[in-house]
Amino acid sequence: MTRYLARRVVHAALVVLAVLAVVFVLIRLGGDPTPLFLPPTADAQEIAATRHALGFDRPLYVQFVDYLGRAVRGDFGVSLRQGEPAMGLVLERIPATIRLTALAFAIMLLIALPIGVLAAVRRNSLYDLCGMLFALVGQSMPTFWLGIVLILFFAVKLRWLPAFGAEGVAALILPGITLGTYSAAIATRLVRSGVLEVLPQDFVRTARAKGLSQAVVLCKHTLPNASIPVITVLGLQVGTLLGGAIITEQVFAYPGMGRLALQAIGNRDMPVVQAFVVVTAAIIAATNLAVDVCYSLLDPRIRYT
Amino acid sequence: MTAPGANVPLDATSSLLGPTIGRRRKRLALIRHSYFVVGTALIAVALFCAALAPVVSPADPSTQDIAHRLAPPNTAHHVLGTDAVGRDILSRVIFGSRVSLTVGVLAVGVAGTLGTLLGLLAGYYGGWAETVIMRVADLQLAIPSLVLAIAVIAVLGSGLLNVIAVLGITGWVQYGRIVRGEILSIRNREYVEAARAVGANAARIIGRHILPNIAAAIVVVGTLQVGSMIVTEASLSFVGLGVPLNVPSWGGMAAEGRDYLATAWWIATFPGLAIMVTVLGMNLLGDWLRDVLDPRL
Repeated sequence: MTRYLARRVVHAALVVLAVLAVVFVLIRLGGDPTPLFLPPTADAQEIAATRHALGFDRPLYVQFVDYLGRAVRGDFGVSLRQGEPAMGLVLERIPATIRLTALAFAIMLLIALPIGVLAAVRRNSLYDLCGMLFALVGQSMPTFWLGIVLILFFAVKLRWLPAFGAEGVAALILPGITLGTYSAAIATRLVRSGVLEVLPQDFVRTARAKGLSQAVVLCKHTLPNASIPVITVLGLQVGTLLGGAIITEQVFAYPGMGRLALQAIGNRDMPVVQAFVVVTAAIIAATNLAVDVCYSLLDPRIRYT
Repeated sequence: MTAPGANVPLDATSSLLGPTIGRRRKRLALIRHSYFVVGTALIAVALFCAALAPVVSPADPSTQDIAHRLAPPNTAHHVLGTDAVGRDILSRVIFGSRVSLTVGVLAVGVAGTLGTLLGLLAGYYGGWAETVIMRVADLQLAIPSLVLAIAVIAVLGSGLLNVIAVLGITGWVQYGRIVRGEILSIRNREYVEAARAVGANAARIIGRHILPNIAAAIVVVGTLQVGSMIVTEASLSFVGLGVPLNVPSWGGMAAEGRDYLATAWWIATFPGLAIMVTVLGMNLLGDWLRDVLDPRL
């Protein structure tokens, strides 16, 4: 188990290192990266001075080693707009984004698990049809539009919930539903497929032949065996939620790191954008690691492969 | 013993539930057929609007009717109302379909071509090419596609071509993985071995024997991906990183309407509805294609 875990931790660290390398290449895609770190109005003299100050006039491999050395310490430079360390600004916003993502994840579970399981167990019934219709419509609805519609009804017309900001639990409800619905639609479908794969297997038929009730067959024999593909699907949704959080935070003017990243792009504040991408990748790598640990706990065979 | 009932899986009891199964199969076939009919109809409407936008739209999408700014639907000859500067919402929604469909189809074309080529390379040749390609795919999956798209656009700048290129490049992984997987399962089949034995070169084997066998999977993924590309483009335009503001796009219109939700709900609502209906059409058609062409996916 320890060796398995160590392997997974090294793998996660390598993914984050690779993302750092991608970010390094990305900001040099258009050639000299200096203009990206300056306002569009900067003149040639300013560009030359900044190029030297940021070390972009050094050989590429020297820049890369220096960049990696600073990045592993969380140093992505100072925000050009706010004059504070870029990583600090992103880390400050993480709790807000995690609160929103966690609520959206919970909403996703509350919707996807019962609907997906019921749709699979009662395949081709009215439940199944309604569940799949929800999945289809939910996947077709842009997150920002669902947010707008929810604001329109619950904040503007009914005045039940706040439309913007992050003051109190009530302010989280509409963004949470907005963000969770799209993932719930995807997850419903995949939970259904996961359960459908297990239902025709011999051990389920045997359990049913023994005379066990439908509830016992489902809870004791079907769901634990369907849990591995389902956990994979749910783990993958964390990435989707973090991506969707950027849009949701923008719709609800929610002060998370996605909104910070969009503001940074608008202000050409590249250090903050870099820190945001790396932090997002690190969160996803950590989630995948947690999913791997769950696998190994649920299925001991995985630890020995 | 538990009596077989309506809530047990279809396959397990098919012999015991003859008439029920017959009814269900008919219902399933009907649902599948309705997916095809509704999906095709929705896409046909979107394509019709995009192709004939100058003919079918009631006004120029850029013409400002300041006297009737923020007019609600069904007033002053504006069926869906007007925006903050008096532009006709219906005309802008109709013209907006051009951007969405262009980006959706072209981005899928780029992603499909790139992903198929890389998947072929990885699956057919294996070795270091496969290792490199699949590790790059794993790495790309570690960053949400929207985050990656936003990061690339932050560097390259926004605009129609950049959005198509970025969505195409960030969308190849799905094709790459599926094509590689399919090739791994068929590259040692008898008909491929036979082609190799009669002296066919790699290009001929891939073109004549492998690609036709994996085309269905590529078509299904492509159809389903058009919808998600349309949503991503609209999301990028919504946050100001998509097409320029002067070009009517559904995401850009929704962003403009967000500031007028309390007074003019129609500005943001109708473009969003247009996205949903178009993407729903693509998803319905994709689902139908998947059931018909490749039920394993």
